[in-house]
Amino acid sequence: MRVPLSWLREYVDLPAEVSGRELAEKLIPIGFEVETVHSSGAGLSGPLVVGHVLEIEELTGFKKPIRFCQVDVGAENGGVRGIVCGARNFKAGDKVVAALPGAVLPGDFKIAARKTYDHVSDGMICSARELGLGDDHSGIIVLPSDVPVGADAIELLGIRDEVLDIAVTTDRGYCLSMRGMARETAIAYGLTLRDPALLDTPAPTGNGFPVTLADPTGCDRFVARAVRGIDPLATTPLWMQRRIQLAGMRPISLIVDITNYVMLEIGQPLHGYDLHRLTGGITVRRAAPGEKLTTLDDVERTLHPEDLLITDGSGPIGLAGVMGGASTEVHEGTVDVLIEAAHFAPATIARTARRHKLPSEASRRFERAVDPNAAAAAAQRAVDLLVLLGHGEADPEVTVASTQPHPPAPIAIDAELPGRVAGVAYERAAVVRRLQEVGCSVEGTDVLSVTPPTWRPDLTDPNDLAEEVIRLEGYDRIPSRLPTAPRGRGLTLRQRLHRRVGRSLADAGYVEVLNYPFVGKAELDAMGIPETDARRSALTVVNPISDEQPQLRTTLLPGLFATLRRNVGRGFPDVALFETGLVYQPRPGASAPPRLPVDRRPTDEELAALESALPDQPRHVAAVLTGTWERSGWWGEGRAANWADAVEAARTVAAACGAELTVDQEQYEPWHPGRCAVLSLDERIVGYAGELHPKVLEQLGLPPRTCAMELNLDALVPETEVHVRGPRVSGFPVAAIDVALVVSREVPAADVESALVAGAGPLLESVRLFDVYEGDRIEAGSKSLAFSLRLRAADRTLKADEVAAVRDAAVASAARHTDAVLRG
Amino acid sequence: MSAPNKSYDPVEVEVLKPEAVEKARDEALAAIAAAADLDALHEAEIAHAKDRSPLALANREIGALPPAAKADAGKRVGQARAAVSRAVAERRAELAAERDARVLVEESVDVTLPWDRAPRGGRHPLTTLTERIAEVFGALGWEVNEGPEVEAEWMNFDALNIGRDHPARSPQDTFFIDTPGYDPDVDDGRDALILRTQTSPLQIRSMLTRKPPLHMVSIGRTFRTDALDATHTPVFNQIEGLVVDEGIGMADLKGTLDYFVQEMFGAGLTSRLRPNYFPFTEPSAELDMQCFVCHGSSVGDPDNPCRTCSSEGWIELGGCGVVNPRVLVSVGIDPERYSGFAFGIGLERTLMFRHGIADMHDIVEGDVRFTLPFGVEI
Repeated sequence: MRVPLSWLREYVDLPAEVSGRELAEKLIPIGFEVETVHSSGAGLSGPLVVGHVLEIEELTGFKKPIRFCQVDVGAENGGVRGIVCGARNFKAGDKVVAALPGAVLPGDFKIAARKTYDHVSDGMICSARELGLGDDHSGIIVLPSDVPVGADAIELLGIRDEVLDIAVTTDRGYCLSMRGMARETAIAYGLTLRDPALLDTPAPTGNGFPVTLADPTGCDRFVARAVRGIDPLATTPLWMQRRIQLAGMRPISLIVDITNYVMLEIGQPLHGYDLHRLTGGITVRRAAPGEKLTTLDDVERTLHPEDLLITDGSGPIGLAGVMGGASTEVHEGTVDVLIEAAHFAPATIARTARRHKLPSEASRRFERAVDPNAAAAAAQRAVDLLVLLGHGEADPEVTVASTQPHPPAPIAIDAELPGRVAGVAYERAAVVRRLQEVGCSVEGTDVLSVTPPTWRPDLTDPNDLAEEVIRLEGYDRIPSRLPTAPRGRGLTLRQRLHRRVGRSLADAGYVEVLNYPFVGKAELDAMGIPETDARRSALTVVNPISDEQPQLRTTLLPGLFATLRRNVGRGFPDVALFETGLVYQPRPGASAPPRLPVDRRPTDEELAALESALPDQPRHVAAVLTGTWERSGWWGEGRAANWADAVEAARTVAAACGAELTVDQEQYEPWHPGRCAVLSLDERIVGYAGELHPKVLEQLGLPPRTCAMELNLDALVPETEVHVRGPRVSGFPVAAIDVALVVSREVPAADVESALVAGAGPLLESVRLFDVYEGDRIEAGSKSLAFSLRLRAADRTLKADEVAAVRDAAVASAARHTDAVLRG
Repeated sequence: MSAPNKSYDPVEVEVLKPEAVEKARDEALAAIAAAADLDALHEAEIAHAKDRSPLALANREIGALPPAAKADAGKRVGQARAAVSRAVAERRAELAAERDARVLVEESVDVTLPWDRAPRGGRHPLTTLTERIAEVFGALGWEVNEGPEVEAEWMNFDALNIGRDHPARSPQDTFFIDTPGYDPDVDDGRDALILRTQTSPLQIRSMLTRKPPLHMVSIGRTFRTDALDATHTPVFNQIEGLVVDEGIGMADLKGTLDYFVQEMFGAGLTSRLRPNYFPFTEPSAELDMQCFVCHGSSVGDPDNPCRTCSSEGWIELGGCGVVNPRVLVSVGIDPERYSGFAFGIGLERTLMFRHGIADMHDIVEGDVRFTLPFGVEI
């Protein structure tokens, strides 16, 4: 809402020295966010005066028609001056605005006497745009004939003004009007309000324009007033144009301007119909399926059965509360007009405006609720202005179609409630006074019975009233006290592990990224994921940011790939990234969630039904790495990132969760079929790691040998904390032995190792694979794995024969399980 | 050890004459002093102090002397040998010290050489900021809540007193999921799935399952249909606080916010509440904090503008208020007995002004150059 300060002063006697900024400082603390205070006319200085055009000499011989005018600007301004002007929309005898030498117009345009078109132009005749009064450059301003010659036009045109642009919150529809903002201003300054809606309105007469309310829930009040014989040549006075303009709207024609002006003033949207274009009486009803209406923006709209319509004998003539129809619109030749001031249900208007994407000044107000009692006053005000400015004559008949009046219900509120809500004690008298200031009637002593005014339909609950008291008493009066919480539980195990996982990966050299969860089919295609894969079963966003990525991720990899590509593209060939976040897995057979009640706690069954409609949303962790892992340098050679780093990243995550992964060979997209590890925990698959498929890398535009891993992090987090048992360490000497075992190339090293462990028994302290050999010195198709075993007893020094026995048992076990042969 | 030489004259043993012993001693001391390094000293020691040295040989002859002469000869030879041994030890210590000093000099390296062999990692500042804030409230005994990002409309809207016609529920603001069994044009008591637009559903979930007193923060990702630009992102992070207990009012909210601002931005700072409107709180307020850079000194001082608060003196942090009793009703908490407050803070915005980040793209894009300087904690 844009509030011109000069207009506001019409309803509140603000001290003359109060500036727009000072007013803003008063309004902000009571809940009005003043976004800007605009100084209109700040770049303009006089002399700017009313001139009387006495004589016009048409100059010829130039590229365009030019006039040399004799303009009387008043004796005090130097009398008659010659002024050159190119505009043609005025005639001798008109009153115009003349900028005299020394004046400065907006844009630092200095006016001086200068010679042009062979004549000295002793000033300038101004258009609205030149004065910064809008975009109208169609011609110069022609003033009403009764303005005094030589008068200060800055004052006359209201050029200097301040406009507060206020972001009115959605609950305060009444403040989308001068009436509402004047009320708040009056409260803020403790002044009296002159309510522009306090007008004498005539009682309805029986024989007015026929109006039928066929849908009382949608429209419960419709005031119709007719004014006839309006002068089609009558124009909107400058002051009204100026106010409409400062309030952010555009002056159009007298009748339209009056309806807009009254809307801005009182907050009641009005509509004017050309009486001669109406066919029979008006009925307010819902649309029939398939019904059509051409609105006054000349768009034909197919209506929805929920749309509320204004209709006459010809059919729909308006989308109620949103936009009028083209067929009954007032036009240049309109002389007889019917004014509509109606009250519509906010939700109905909101839905229609949204459905047809037609937000209008009217719908904005109706959506936020309009004072139902303002209709009669607003209609009267419009009638008065049409009579005064349009020289029309008001019909004595008055139509007020109305269903049962709905007075606001009184609210019972403990007088101490505002104090309790704020945490500060208010005097009972202050509570009552504040509620009265906003327009409530207040009765009772300890428990107050408070009836809100008709313009405050947002006041329905005791807390609403408490807020009014607290905001007017000032939020700055609220003290600061820290509430005491009972003993807390700290972070949950899951939360602690999530943090630990992030730290572990960062410490291991990975950089965390947070990608959007949106993916597209193309990305999954590029990853080579089969159509039947569970990862293809994804939720789809109806209104995605990008049509290429309408789905919600089922894997973290696509986002990581894109971010990796971005980093590589920006000149960083050696990058390791990780992300933890949710993936979204629709549950087969899940249906839409039920809409639950809000007037009570839903039952556990109702809540369970809602939960079952949600997808599974496990937290995953994934990493990608490419380029050099260990760099070369003065210390020697570096090392490229490889599949083993990816597996190790997964192990790092598992270790942070206190879990140990089992690694097996597997083939799984998008990994290299020969370099993919499946990772399991307690026989349950929890993820994959390895080098990516060369074809996938090519498709994704990623460097060769890029590696990745992804784990279901939730699956790694234990239900309850596991306490590691502290080992008793033996002080007896260690016996270290190495064994080299030859196995077929296909045998996984992990199998050989676990066979050794199983065979060695309890004396084995640790085992470590320290070398892998394939080559000439052993049989083709086989490999040699060299393990070092450390043996130790808890209670004695091992004897040579004991060591040999353990070694033989371990080797025998490896031979049995993996056909391993001790390398000679 | 060889036996005494009985073939010599029992009285006249040449090498035991005092002059001979002195000469042998002097030669030994001279050789030891002349040894230039430990190897030379070793040779001198063998020549003058070990078994084959003149003094050692002389010592062996003492047995051949008559008993009356033995004591005197033994004393002289013993003193000479002791002097030689002492000289060897002293010289060895000297030479070892010289050598050690030389070796340590020779072994010196250029410690300014870089060691960037292993890659360096880091955590995203949004993650660490979230953790930090959670710690600040954890210190008060509050709990930290997380939960689903795909939500039912009821959890995100209805339960929070956001009516069916509230504009935030339109596809212009909220991401809707294509939900089987849901038709926007058919009112059959079913809703759509959405991407949560706020973390408040987590508060609803807690209030549904737990009894007051409740003290908690909810953290996580939230989604709105804004296009990515310098200050907006469709996927952003929130932290919301909620307290429900007996006798809770706006003063508790103010105290909590003051505490938060001081913990996160510096001692002595304060918060400010401005009336606003949210459906889920009543009264509602806009939450500002005093500028932690200029502390308000830049207001009205054009010579010292503050970029952090645009010389406003205050920075907008988020929204807050007293939990609307209607919300308590919808989760089955008695509003006559309990009241609460809630606040919500945007983490991207907080990160931006706390760390002087000018463009949202840097937070979103995942460029390692942006993230690495933040390390693993913030």
